[in-house]
Amino acid sequence: MNSTLRLRVVPPIALGVVALVAWQVLVVAADIQPYLLPAPSAIAAQLIVIAPALWSAMLATGLNALVGLVAGTVLAIVLAITASRIRFIDQLLAPIIAAIAVVPIVALAPVLTNMFGATSETPRRVIVTIVVFVPVFVNTLRGLRQVQPVQRDLLRSYAASRWQLTTTVTLPGALPYIFTGLNIASSLAVISAIVSEYFGGLQNGLGSRITSAAANSAYPRAWAYVFGAIILGLVFYSATLALGRLASRRR
Amino acid sequence: MSAVVATGVVKTFQTGSGLITALDDVSLTVERGEFVSLIGPSGCGKSTLLRLIADLDVVTSGSVEVFGKSARQARLDQDYGIAFQTAGLLPWRSVTANIELPLQLHGVDGPARRARASELIELVGLGEFATSFPEQLSGGMQQRVAIARSLAERPELLLMDEPFGALDEMTRERMQSELVRICAETGAAVIFVTHSIPEAVFLSDRVVVMSPRPGRIRDIITVALGDARGESLREETSFFTSVTRVREALHGAPGSDVGRGLDAR
Repeated sequence: MNSTLRLRVVPPIALGVVALVAWQVLVVAADIQPYLLPAPSAIAAQLIVIAPALWSAMLATGLNALVGLVAGTVLAIVLAITASRIRFIDQLLAPIIAAIAVVPIVALAPVLTNMFGATSETPRRVIVTIVVFVPVFVNTLRGLRQVQPVQRDLLRSYAASRWQLTTTVTLPGALPYIFTGLNIASSLAVISAIVSEYFGGLQNGLGSRITSAAANSAYPRAWAYVFGAIILGLVFYSATLALGRLASRRR
Repeated sequence: MSAVVATGVVKTFQTGSGLITALDDVSLTVERGEFVSLIGPSGCGKSTLLRLIADLDVVTSGSVEVFGKSARQARLDQDYGIAFQTAGLLPWRSVTANIELPLQLHGVDGPARRARASELIELVGLGEFATSFPEQLSGGMQQRVAIARSLAERPELLLMDEPFGALDEMTRERMQSELVRICAETGAAVIFVTHSIPEAVFLSDRVVVMSPRPGRIRDIITVALGDARGESLREETSFFTSVTRVREALHGAPGSDVGRGLDAR
């Protein structure tokens, strides 16, 4: 490990360890009850006990988040390309996008759960799709509008088709913007997948496990699932970050 | 058949403050292999005329023929190469990939593209920078990439809109000498828009002097400095005589302010 990497990696880890130790000491010394705040050691013990269940809950929630993330992103990019090309579509979509942007998922989740039935994953995936759509659409559209007039003139002088303009100039230029939107969307995808489970339906994901553990006063277990949720969010975030770096190198 | 024949060209633009006549009854013929500069103060319509020839804008009335065809057909047939004041390189493409862009768009296969690009990179003297990206190049080097790109499809007509406008004096003179050499090697006709009198005189067979509001051709001055234009030409009497003639044509009658907005670079 070289020294700059060590400087970037070691301090955050050290801070994390110090915080965990302080947390443990605080809980033990002040005799804080588990329903207020369980000790890290108790959460860690639960992590080992529930490991198989935690894994399957992370997979279930993760799959919902992934399906919604992909669907929302594809929809957002296709509509952003359409809106950037056709002014009428842009004007048509603008108020709808604004409306979608302010839809609270806590309001939508119970309604959709009723609509699709309690045994379906669909309402959760629809919610993630809606939540993901807005930041990806807004950023992609902004990126697609970055084409310089000189580049537009150049492609016209080459008698390039609109499709060629899109694939050789507009989309590659918009890539950094698309990935900015995707980075925001990836964390939102996991959060909304978890929150959408709070309103009934299947009991297979992290959200439903957290609510049922808390309802049964199994606080260290609830925290262990929260830990799983953090890990899942980090996986999604780093994956899109890595994908963005790869894409900007390859475009 | 001439490279470009513009006849009675009128171009008006609708703006917020009314109708602007950018070009009024402009006629110009450029022969094959001829180097013609368009010079005049800002707003004289020289860039507009170039854009009409390139079919980036459409005439209001009159006609523009390029190699005997309509400007639109000539653009669709890729009869010209073009370079702008800003290089307009795609920042995510290497020098080679930027030069290959027009070839790629027109379906030239990979090996042929790379061969042509490396030829052009040598021509503009950027051999070591084939795999560099635009942000790693100076302004002059970026402009050389843009010129190489404009030559990619061996056009018989080059349209250049102040390609050296943003460069410093020394780079500019070196680029002018290179352009003279490149034109001699390719035999292409060139229409070159500039603000600079010495640049126009150094490069051109003929200098078209334009006046603004509305844009018109005031005079066309033949500069017969011969084909062997080296750096020493810039210090010869014949060069200064032509510079003076162009300057007088630009300024018109003494006391007129038509020449304002021009620099003496």
